[in-house]
Amino acid sequence: MAQSAKRFPLPSSVGVAPGTEAAQAAYPWYMQFEPGDDTRFWFYNSMHFPEPMCLFDMVTAEAAYIALGASNTRVHSLPTTKGIDYRIVNGRVYIGGHGVTDPAEIEERTAEFQQRAFYYYEHWERLYDQWKGKMKALINAAQALPKVELPRYEPLENVHAGKGVAANHTLLTTWHATLEGYFRMWHHHFEFLLLGYGAYMVFFDFCKKAFPEITDQTIARMVAGFEAEIFQPDEEVKRLSRRAVELGVDHHFIDSQSADQIMASLQASGQAGQDWLTALESSRNPWFNVNVGDGFYHYHRSWNDDLSLPFAAIPGYAAKIRAGENIERPTEALMAERQELIEGYRELLGSDEERAAYDQMIELACRVFPYVEGHKFYCEHWYTNLFFNKVREYGALLAGLGMWDAEEDIFHLSRYEVEQAIVDAMTSWAIGLPPRGTQRWRPLIAERKAALQVWSGMESSPALGEVPDLIDDPAIVMLWGITRESLDRWLDGGEENPNEIKGFAASSGVVEGTARVVKSVQDIGRLQQGDILVCQVTNPTWAPVFQKIAAAVSDIGGSMSHAAIVAREYGLPAVVGTGKATTRIPDGARIRVDGARGLVTIL
Amino acid sequence: MTVAWFADLTLADRPAVGGKGASLGELIKAGIAVPPGFVVRTEGFESFVTALDAAEPLRAPVEALDPADLARAEAVCAAVRARIEAAALPATVEQAVRASLAELVPQGEPVAVRSSATTEDSDEASFAGLQDTYLWQIGPEQVLGAVRRCWASLYSLESVTYRRKHGLPEAGVAMGVVIQRMVDARCAGVMFTRSPTTGDRSVITIEGAWGLGSAVVSGEVTPDRWVIGKLTGEIPVRDISDKHIRQVPAPGGGIVDEAVPDTERKVPCLSDDDLQRLRAIGRQVEKHYGKPQDIEWAIDRVSGEVLLLQSRPETVWAAKDQAPVATAQANPLGHLMTVFGGRK
Repeated sequence: MAQSAKRFPLPSSVGVAPGTEAAQAAYPWYMQFEPGDDTRFWFYNSMHFPEPMCLFDMVTAEAAYIALGASNTRVHSLPTTKGIDYRIVNGRVYIGGHGVTDPAEIEERTAEFQQRAFYYYEHWERLYDQWKGKMKALINAAQALPKVELPRYEPLENVHAGKGVAANHTLLTTWHATLEGYFRMWHHHFEFLLLGYGAYMVFFDFCKKAFPEITDQTIARMVAGFEAEIFQPDEEVKRLSRRAVELGVDHHFIDSQSADQIMASLQASGQAGQDWLTALESSRNPWFNVNVGDGFYHYHRSWNDDLSLPFAAIPGYAAKIRAGENIERPTEALMAERQELIEGYRELLGSDEERAAYDQMIELACRVFPYVEGHKFYCEHWYTNLFFNKVREYGALLAGLGMWDAEEDIFHLSRYEVEQAIVDAMTSWAIGLPPRGTQRWRPLIAERKAALQVWSGMESSPALGEVPDLIDDPAIVMLWGITRESLDRWLDGGEENPNEIKGFAASSGVVEGTARVVKSVQDIGRLQQGDILVCQVTNPTWAPVFQKIAAAVSDIGGSMSHAAIVAREYGLPAVVGTGKATTRIPDGARIRVDGARGLVTIL
Repeated sequence: MTVAWFADLTLADRPAVGGKGASLGELIKAGIAVPPGFVVRTEGFESFVTALDAAEPLRAPVEALDPADLARAEAVCAAVRARIEAAALPATVEQAVRASLAELVPQGEPVAVRSSATTEDSDEASFAGLQDTYLWQIGPEQVLGAVRRCWASLYSLESVTYRRKHGLPEAGVAMGVVIQRMVDARCAGVMFTRSPTTGDRSVITIEGAWGLGSAVVSGEVTPDRWVIGKLTGEIPVRDISDKHIRQVPAPGGGIVDEAVPDTERKVPCLSDDDLQRLRAIGRQVEKHYGKPQDIEWAIDRVSGEVLLLQSRPETVWAAKDQAPVATAQANPLGHLMTVFGGRK
């Protein structure tokens, strides 16, 4: 009705914040808005990029959209949609779909799709097995990359072996291999993803028509897998908790102590402590390669980089073990419950005709969905951690050469600039003089850090440009849950109850309690039994604290997000994708979480 | 026998006791708690009207009415109703009701008196009228009066013109009357095991308000409303309304509206535990009947027990001819085109 009156700003009208122009210009030119972009529709991808992006971290968007688009446009030939374009302004990543509207082209692409995607569905198990092999090989290759170093002299054995290529060259080839592997990982990531989501959407749409009032989370529970890797990190923490009780070393885990202090006291405690540390080592690789984010920010570190999160969970588990409680994941019961749901809803259908269609759809969804759950551990977690840590090695080396102060400063350069700095270092090592970049990078890094500060305090429009009448892009609907209705809601926003925060209903139940706003893993120790966790992203890495909390609320995530899956397993009420819970809810406030309605109320 | 106890009835007894009485018997058979009671069988009505007919023709003038002549129809109906309400019951019927009542409520506790028509439920409203429920009746005189008024309601203008338009023979008209212990309800309402708004079979919609359920059924108060997953128990909708009045027993019998204290108006009338108990009962009843049900329930003020007052098959959505949402495809992958081929 009033849609014509309310519009989103045009990209050309979004000004770069004063004083940050140079930092904005530092993003590659092909990520910048241009006048022609005003005629297209863009929305802020707050799901994956909730915070302003460090310059280097834009490689995560770049590699992801290259691979996503390739899969949609060229590999599987999705009939009605091609790739997803992206831009960055004031540190915020806006994305836009590219739909296909010409009926002849849709027809052509449909014929291609049925030879390509259908083949994948028909040979899913074999191809997925093969996928795991490819991913493991890729991870092995990344782990096997040479250490990033410039020795004082070329090692003697290389000379005697007649290697004929010096260490400074390896610096460049390793860098290229690091980037190449990362871009390749994203191709693997999207090899099955849209197809997996698509089969789920088919079932989802059917359920929404057959059962108009069914909740998203119920549909999600019907297709949830059980062997998915996302639960394994938590299982390892449970295993280590049991081991700690067996060895009688669980009293070393004290909330107020850092992971390093705990490790030191275990080390000093004699054989039992050392045995536990040995057990820890076997869990860490690979299962602690989960990071506390979703894989798009270098500063979302993994458990391996910061053991405080898994350690924070051990006292709670140990207490339960000592009290004789069973902390095993009730896989059998969960499977039985899922089967009961599938059969129960089947029975409620109106006719045998519908039941026959339902059987076909649920079979397909359950067959392909494990990929959607399982891939993240390999891609966004394990591989991404290896990638960022390799970049850190360069950060440390180049900092050591005087280019900047701290290893992490490297993330304020673009990937192209990093290569320049590497070539500068290679040259300097070859000539025997200091690198020239010692004069160049510090002011740029300072300028970019300041810009991120400015941008993080700015409001960003949820969308830009012309609003389409219909969001017909299956990728956007599936991955971001954006529909015409959600756009209208964004346009109408503002008149809601200030004490209510809405999000996706992720896991049902109503709980009241004290909000604990946890912005980083350092805050984990503050979580008390019965608190409500309020955080930016809940993902598998948070699972160990789920035993402690009464409910979870996150800024980011959908009803199929990993937070939602884990919360449902733990039977904890959860509301995800609120967009603003960590900024709106004061730490320590009393709140009510209604997981079935997706509603958080500040009391 | 002129009367029959609920526990001895099943749905098969509908012709002899009417739908409401038969369904209460059926609920007991299904293991559901209902307030105890008995039914005055249709033969009680038969013997009553036959006696009246013998004194002065009653049914023949009604059968002769022209449904288009409303003035005449109203005059005849009013006269018939007045005769029914004034006449003494046949001695056997009166004695049976008094004896059963004394057994049901030995201390003279209040009862509800409700008509129990023999027609299909969907026709009941037009056939027997909606007002034929008399709550909180105390003592045999009030109860016998209510029984006569239930019978008289068969001769409301609406019921008679309906029968005449459809050419239904007056000789086939019959009605049972349910006499049931009154529930002193803390709160009461209705429950639909199929969504009244969308026809969804996977949710249970519960509406309730403070006091007796009559306030909800008659629409005098906007009830609280919840939607519950039938299989999951999740509660995605909770609409708590401002329940300004409630119906409570009136001194000396009958019911009266009462203002709800401000502190309770916006308080949910059911706890999550109550909702889950109702869900379990709703599922049990639906399963027993093999089809979705519309149910009236009440929660006893003292015991907290959930009691059902009525259950009848859902008719609105059942009558709709619905095309299947989807049918099986030769190649199951064909379903994918609904998503990838362009969403409508």
